[in-house]
Amino acid sequence: MQCRKVVVKTLRPEALSYKNFMPTAIPTPLALVAELTHRCPLHCVYCSNPLELAKRESELPTHTWLRVFQEAAQAGVLQVDFTGGEPLARTDIVELVHAARVAGLYVSLITSGLPLDEAKLAALIEAGLDHFQLSFQGATEQTAREISNTTSHPQKLRVLQWLKKHRVGVTLNFVIHRQNIQELEEMILLVEEHQPGCVEFASVQYYGWGLANREALLPTRRQLEFCVAKLKEAEERLKGKTRVVFVVPDYYAKFPKPCVGGWGRKLMLVSPDGAVLPCHAASVIPGMRFENVKEKSLREIWENSPAFQKFRGEDWMQEPCKSCDRRHQDFGGCRCQAMLLAGDAAATDPVCSLAPTRGKVNAILEAVNEPKPAILVEKPTYIYRPNPS
Amino acid sequence: MKPELTATPHLAPGVRLNDKSQLPRTLLMPERALRLNGPSLEIVQLCDGQHTVQQIAEKLHALYSKAEPQRITDDLLGYLALLHDQRAIDF
Repeated sequence: MQCRKVVVKTLRPEALSYKNFMPTAIPTPLALVAELTHRCPLHCVYCSNPLELAKRESELPTHTWLRVFQEAAQAGVLQVDFTGGEPLARTDIVELVHAARVAGLYVSLITSGLPLDEAKLAALIEAGLDHFQLSFQGATEQTAREISNTTSHPQKLRVLQWLKKHRVGVTLNFVIHRQNIQELEEMILLVEEHQPGCVEFASVQYYGWGLANREALLPTRRQLEFCVAKLKEAEERLKGKTRVVFVVPDYYAKFPKPCVGGWGRKLMLVSPDGAVLPCHAASVIPGMRFENVKEKSLREIWENSPAFQKFRGEDWMQEPCKSCDRRHQDFGGCRCQAMLLAGDAAATDPVCSLAPTRGKVNAILEAVNEPKPAILVEKPTYIYRPNPS
Repeated sequence: MKPELTATPHLAPGVRLNDKSQLPRTLLMPERALRLNGPSLEIVQLCDGQHTVQQIAEKLHALYSKAEPQRITDDLLGYLALLHDQRAIDF
């Protein structure tokens, strides 16, 4: 779920396009994704956490996170996103929110809403929480349970009621895919009823657990068209009330997403054990070694670590990216997707229509869009994400 | 949507200016941030629920006395509409 959050960031073009920033030789990091834990009561089939989940005993202690927030603010970071796993699984979450706010950061919590009660929510907001992002797995309990292998939907509806008593930024995040797009209109109704400041309809991205379940999750072209039409109408109706963000399934795109706003350009992610990554999926690239906040400062890692240097700028690019006019817009797309689909992290993102490997994506889409007689449409078998000990 | 001149714009929930000590001044909002300078900072600082759009316009007229007042008011209304559509302010 919260995993989604990172997914959203990587895809949505404007998500990290903080305006009016001057380009410099080494850019200033603007957003810190604090993956506080991989523990989670949900088992979502598209979780963006790595397949190898961090165990509780490897998690950073409170005081190290406090230092990280100070270092982040000093390095120029504006916003911190508390995510996981489920960040509320950390018993020190209120203290962490308070410390990040005092350090000068804008604090977002990306959560499933479990485990949470009214008192805890009030304490988080009192501690300085700026923005509460609540994930949804569907518009009905049945679908939500099928996707997360947990009962969670009634609790989310309770959290929505509690949020009405507070002054805090609210985003609802619906992760959409082949198995729940049919509930899109009900999801929109929920948004119209509660009118949060923002709603994200985030298509699953295919990394980690999402990739493992791609066959069941990748939407059909017809579903995508339905989605675009419905969301366009919703955007009109909700204008001035709720900002509607749609994260497209990039396999269907003509050009790739500017993943994380460019490698080592805007965002850094600290994983539960303190390893610092340029994006949540970077560990799929062989030979990458990630430095740790336990040994070095965030600024030192941002500026000098080989992992952040690896795909920063344009020197690493191959054709067709190297001479493409779009290279300053999309930075060649996603390095992890290039690795996963083309077997080469420095290749053009295979979802790009100009990529020599686009055929691989087309073949995947063809298989999904092939008409099947209803009798052959089986109930999907999912690989659920476990909860690490 | 443009505001009425009698409206009192204020920051939307989850939106705030960073601290005076943190330069450059920045409007922080969910997953986005907007650097403010000159008139944009002056306008946002007056979006406090206490000032009407008319009062904000008058303050800007005084600050930018060389510019044509109607032009300033038009720019102000346009900027407030933009901030409203981006869910940065409510009227």
